[in-house]
Amino acid sequence: MDVTPSAAAPVVRLIEEFHKLPGVGPKSAQRLTYYLLRASQDEARALAQAILEVKEKITFCSICQNVTDRDPCLICANDERDSSLICVVEEPLDILALERTGSYNGLYHVLHGVISPMDGVGPEHLKVEELLERLKGGSFQEVILATNPNLEGEATAMYLDRLLGPLGVRVTRLARGLPSGADLEYADDLTLTRALEGRQEMS
Amino acid sequence: MTTPRIYKTEAIVLRQRKLGEAGKIVTLYTPNYGKLDAVAKGVRRPKSRLGGHLEVLTHTTVMLAQGRNLETVSQAQTVESFGGLRADLHRLSRALYAAELVDRFSPERAESYHVFQLLLATLRRLVSAKNVDTVLRHMEMQLLGLAGFQPQLARCVNCERALAAAASYFSPDAGGVLCPACGPEAGESRTLSLNALKVMRLLQSGSFAEVSRVRMALPLAQEIEMHLRAYLIHVLERDVRSAAFIDRLRREDFWQPAGVSS
Repeated sequence: MDVTPSAAAPVVRLIEEFHKLPGVGPKSAQRLTYYLLRASQDEARALAQAILEVKEKITFCSICQNVTDRDPCLICANDERDSSLICVVEEPLDILALERTGSYNGLYHVLHGVISPMDGVGPEHLKVEELLERLKGGSFQEVILATNPNLEGEATAMYLDRLLGPLGVRVTRLARGLPSGADLEYADDLTLTRALEGRQEMS
Repeated sequence: MTTPRIYKTEAIVLRQRKLGEAGKIVTLYTPNYGKLDAVAKGVRRPKSRLGGHLEVLTHTTVMLAQGRNLETVSQAQTVESFGGLRADLHRLSRALYAAELVDRFSPERAESYHVFQLLLATLRRLVSAKNVDTVLRHMEMQLLGLAGFQPQLARCVNCERALAAAASYFSPDAGGVLCPACGPEAGESRTLSLNALKVMRLLQSGSFAEVSRVRMALPLAQEIEMHLRAYLIHVLERDVRSAAFIDRLRREDFWQPAGVSS
């Protein structure tokens, strides 16, 4: 990477470390580094501590595979949640998005990825076995497949549906249609088709 | 040919990878510019006007703006979305394999109208074909021909004598068929039944309509697939990754009754 070769070695090292982070380009890495140079000792230490703590204390929940600092995680341990519902998501961040809506009160299962044959990612690389074990042992009535509505997400949902079919549990998929605030004229055919199929009675 | 700064082209989306906060880099196969990568900004946001038109395995019309390294997609409009592929895991797995093959065989910006047409025809066939694997075998053989790796099936690659109507050998290394005399001498060859040789010749020179009329028993189809796959891996010097998913679906169908998938 071409950082200013004249910068002191520790500065260059920090810039390089920041540069490795997703979404951080060379200029952002330099900005972050020079910000920290000017920040107080405490601020820098707090950041370093926070990073270390995440790595040391965070593990995966043995039930839902979400990231957590306690096992089982807060959601799995909460008995006020509806334990007959399980929502399958690709990544832990998807749980944050769903929780933000406040309209779901069931449990989750994180796959940690999505089937992507071209990248060599198959079901064996995901937490699919763990999901099957949970469903066989639990009293779930419905599995909500909440993978992303793109090709890989759909492939994963279809694959899971095939796998879960014999278990006799109800398998549903998140609705796919038009986002609020969108223009019909810009919608693609697939989305519009799905929106038509999933139309609902005005009440 | 100089390309204008902003230009419009048809394209089939081969693959995508994430870029930054909400963007993607899409790999497009175009009829006039070959394979190229383009940045699509903001397509991972639900309200993106581009996202749905740039899904993998979509035939689309795009407006591209030239950039320093990569093109940027400024507009996109779906031509054909191949909904039938997306609703069936078996068809989808074959289509992804076809896209991966084209991706692997095509250098950046090497124009090939025929490869574009072949991929488009293959996707259309995969939507409705009774036997999706025959579609792939035909596509593989045609693509090998277009890429300049057509295997020699008419005469022995070693002694160059015309092949008799008998079982022979296929050698990916030698690039074709070896006669019963030369075959055992070569290290990497495997036996090739006469029927497999006949079908492979038809895959090479016949139209898809002709090929699709051939009824193959499973062992014959498996033999041809094995030879072609070995040859493709030899030519590409790497695995075709999507093949693993096809194999897996087949394995699982074996112990799961048909009709389980919806």
